[in-house]
Amino acid sequence: MIEIENLTYRYPLTDAPALQDISLRVPRGQFCALVGPNEAGKSTLCYALSGYVPHFYRGELSGTIRVAEAEVAHTDLPHLVSKIGLVFQNPFNQISGARFTVREEVAFGLENLGLPRERILEQVDEALELTGLTPLGARSPYALSGGQQQRLALASIIAMQPQVLVLDEPTAQLDPVGTKEVFAALQRLSAANEMTIVLVSHKLEWVATFAERVIALAGGRLVGDGEPLDVLTDPALVEAGVGQTRYSQAARQAGDQGKPLPVTLAQAVEFFDADRR
Amino acid sequence: MQIAVEQVSFSYPGGVEALRGVSLTIEAGEAVAIVGENGAGKTTLARHLNGLLKPTSGRVLVGDWDTAEQSIAQMSRRVGLVFQNPDDQLFERTVRAEVTFGPRNLGWQPAEVREAVDEALARVGLSEAADTHPYDLHLAQRKLVALAATLAMHTPVVLLDEPTTGQDAVSVERIGTIVDRLHAEGRTVIAISHDLDFCAEHFERAVVMAEGRVLADGPTRQVFTRGEVLAHAAVEAPQLIRLATALGWEAAPLTVEEFLARLRELRRSR
Repeated sequence: MIEIENLTYRYPLTDAPALQDISLRVPRGQFCALVGPNEAGKSTLCYALSGYVPHFYRGELSGTIRVAEAEVAHTDLPHLVSKIGLVFQNPFNQISGARFTVREEVAFGLENLGLPRERILEQVDEALELTGLTPLGARSPYALSGGQQQRLALASIIAMQPQVLVLDEPTAQLDPVGTKEVFAALQRLSAANEMTIVLVSHKLEWVATFAERVIALAGGRLVGDGEPLDVLTDPALVEAGVGQTRYSQAARQAGDQGKPLPVTLAQAVEFFDADRR
Repeated sequence: MQIAVEQVSFSYPGGVEALRGVSLTIEAGEAVAIVGENGAGKTTLARHLNGLLKPTSGRVLVGDWDTAEQSIAQMSRRVGLVFQNPDDQLFERTVRAEVTFGPRNLGWQPAEVREAVDEALARVGLSEAADTHPYDLHLAQRKLVALAATLAMHTPVVLLDEPTTGQDAVSVERIGTIVDRLHAEGRTVIAISHDLDFCAEHFERAVVMAEGRVLADGPTRQVFTRGEVLAHAAVEAPQLIRLATALGWEAAPLTVEEFLARLRELRRSR
């Protein structure tokens, strides 16, 4: 579903490339998490997958990006938008301002796709349900808290049911239970609807619990790719600023050589099994 | 400088009732984390502490000032608020100009202003980016610029709204160090955060909010082990407390060091 070959990209007026020689394939329906320190190129890769790079940001691009059968650099944005949904990092930038209620806001994009009314209502309700916004459907988008606005940005994109969903830290402002619900909902969308998902997140516990694959970037380069447990316990990647859960940190410092380090709670309980009371 | 929130209720013009009778006293020099579900009223409460919002009923005292009687400019001498969204806060052309704006408005000498700005930039690790346009920085770095702009004003109270969202491991650690240092300097630090691991490591007191009310308030260790209260507020205990609970320990470790200390104790006694 996603095929990137030797992608190198430089923003206008900058020297250092934001992405360097990235090659990557993601099959249809896979739920991938993208991790890495600040300035690793995570947001830029999200833009490249959804066409904002190079169509909106311009700059210098080499290599190829194919997403949902479209050659991204040579397909115009309106055409890409119907196949690839991008949820921006900052939800405050994403609300249209053209609608009076949360429900209408979620329907806005669908109306523009010219779908029949029944279908629109169905998809809107499903997206509200998945993001826990059903009770707030009649509220003004501007009467939402920061975290609720982020849920709205997410619902608006999910409602469009894109083939590929790209999310740049969609749960950054969500409460912990909401975060877990969104991760679980994304896992369901990838499994049941075969939606291909690329999600940027620093919340490694939930990345490891729900994603099938973890891709790590640092300094614009791909530095890790594989099973969540392998990537997220790789000492070189911890060193590169990817971070680690408290479970991994505690296990590493407990000094039990030889055992694989845990990333999630369940793995940690297994790791410390002999220390139960 | 004591902060007293007395029976504060607040409704937004659209009718959303964001605070319902909140009472809270924060002593000078305390480090307090406010946690709770989206829409609980945390940000609304923060905006009451620096006078951006005035209570519909009840009152907020910061030292001897009633926030209802003070201008926002006046309040900003006592309470520095770092916004959740840095773009609500940043408007200058360079990082240095941005961080200089606040202290210059306090009427300090130019040399004092420069010193405060340099020191604040160093604390957040952005000394090298002083001449950059804030919008040429990533969102995570713009958040650090907003933090520096507040630190430079040397307010006795520093309020951080979601300081760690979107930050990588290194920056979260840096923000933790900044909090610890403010605390050591005797300043009051209040943070709103969904990152309970971060709260456990850097804040001695925790307040849990839901539906515009305070559900729990007390020492962090005590509050973060009250599973049913946390669940009601859509938050989860920090990772190490969840792990200790799952292992059947009675201890509630707040940091990796505490966890390891308990682990060694257990292993010695076996």
